[in-house]
Amino acid sequence: MKKLIIAASCALAMFATGAQADERNLRIAFDVPYEPFEYKDENGELTGFEVDLAAAMCEEMKADCEFVIQAWDGMIPGLLARKFDLIMSSMSITAERAERVLFSEPYYNTPGGWFGPDSFNADVTDMSAMKGKTVGVQRGTTMDTFVTEEMSGVVTIKRYTTADDMVLDLEGQRLDVVFVDYPVGEQTVLTKEGFKEVGEPVKLGEGVGVAMRKRDKDVAEEVNAALRKLKENGTYDAIMKKYFAYDVKV
Amino acid sequence: MPPDFIAAWLNKNDIFTAMTIMEYWDGMVTTVQLVFLCLIIGLAFAVPLAILRTVKNPFVSGPVWLYTYLFRGTPLLIQLYIIYYGVAQIPGIQETFWWEIFREPFYPALLAFTLNTCAYTTEIIRGAIISTPHGEIEAAKAYGMNWFMRMRRIVLPSAARRAVQAYSNEVIFMLHSSAIASVVTIVDLTGAARNIYSRFYAPFDAFIFVALCYMVLTFILVFAFRKLENHLLRHQRPVGS
Repeated sequence: MKKLIIAASCALAMFATGAQADERNLRIAFDVPYEPFEYKDENGELTGFEVDLAAAMCEEMKADCEFVIQAWDGMIPGLLARKFDLIMSSMSITAERAERVLFSEPYYNTPGGWFGPDSFNADVTDMSAMKGKTVGVQRGTTMDTFVTEEMSGVVTIKRYTTADDMVLDLEGQRLDVVFVDYPVGEQTVLTKEGFKEVGEPVKLGEGVGVAMRKRDKDVAEEVNAALRKLKENGTYDAIMKKYFAYDVKV
Repeated sequence: MPPDFIAAWLNKNDIFTAMTIMEYWDGMVTTVQLVFLCLIIGLAFAVPLAILRTVKNPFVSGPVWLYTYLFRGTPLLIQLYIIYYGVAQIPGIQETFWWEIFREPFYPALLAFTLNTCAYTTEIIRGAIISTPHGEIEAAKAYGMNWFMRMRRIVLPSAARRAVQAYSNEVIFMLHSSAIASVVTIVDLTGAARNIYSRFYAPFDAFIFVALCYMVLTFILVFAFRKLENHLLRHQRPVGS
């Protein structure tokens, strides 16, 4: 009997260590295109700042990762339905989202930028100058929250699902100014003739974190440890320099 | 459910606060305005167009046929995109007085919805007109009525009775189609639900509530049309009921 117990506990111990040595399988979701964070290059390969960072993180965690494409509207529902395990798709950490998902420590924070036509000359922080203006934001972003909280009643807020629709209305003069994630504005508005940056970029919120299911606390610990390591050992800076001319590190 | 349970649930949820209820209410007002206006204008244009569509001369009925074919043959969403985003791309439009109208999303959406419902309503009324029994028209001719009088006294009243059931479907479809107004930044019922969903990440609460709002509106429409049908079609009821 004693032998049996020893044998059983040995087997159990082997199982346990065996399971730990096994690579963790993780599916990571991105919403493409969202340049320069995640997009497909000319060969159709998934690439971008967050994709590279995710790959480095997986290596650090010794995890076997699979990248999944998921439209933004279904991100959190898809995570909760176990279609994938992590979201690394520029999801800003907010209190409302934190009620549904578990966030890692932030891994980047880009400011919100004000962009408008060359003729726009009002001070975006001056509420009396902004009175009656029409401001475009992407629905559900931290820029949306900021404008809704700080400028409701002063400006008319128009909410768009995609940045493309919003820029189209800015060009069509339905909007006086847009408040959009800085790199997105840089790539969509500033590339067009007759548009400029019209105010100081505003750092909003805590930044962007990896989103996980609430019960996956062990995964979150590993993710945080891996991200911290990457930020310290220079890997993060190298990836950042590849995509940005400015600092997005937090 | 005991009331204190409901109170506790209402206290800890984000969806049914005074602020979000007001957003839903504003959205409901916008939806009702948009649908009501487009139906009224669409119906007003559909009656003469339907009559033109029944005229034998192809130079008169042809253009109406082309119009209804185009607007019934393409999705309303595409029509809305063309009218909303397309018009803004016309060079120089921003300097004309038209821009005052097309700048706001409400009027392009109203125009798209009106053109769409008018096309469907035209075909509904046309179908009712051409199914007028020959005997009725012959009898009217025998009385010496001219075309105009026949239309006014005989054809249109009986066509209206035949069209009302099909038209009630069109009205309900239009209410449901109006949900796409939210893609051009109009905060209608669906727009309010999308804003609230994106703020609280609670798709079920936000969209089930808005579905219930649409159902209430639909029930009101169904009830109103049943009353109207009972009134218009009372000659069809069995004697004594």
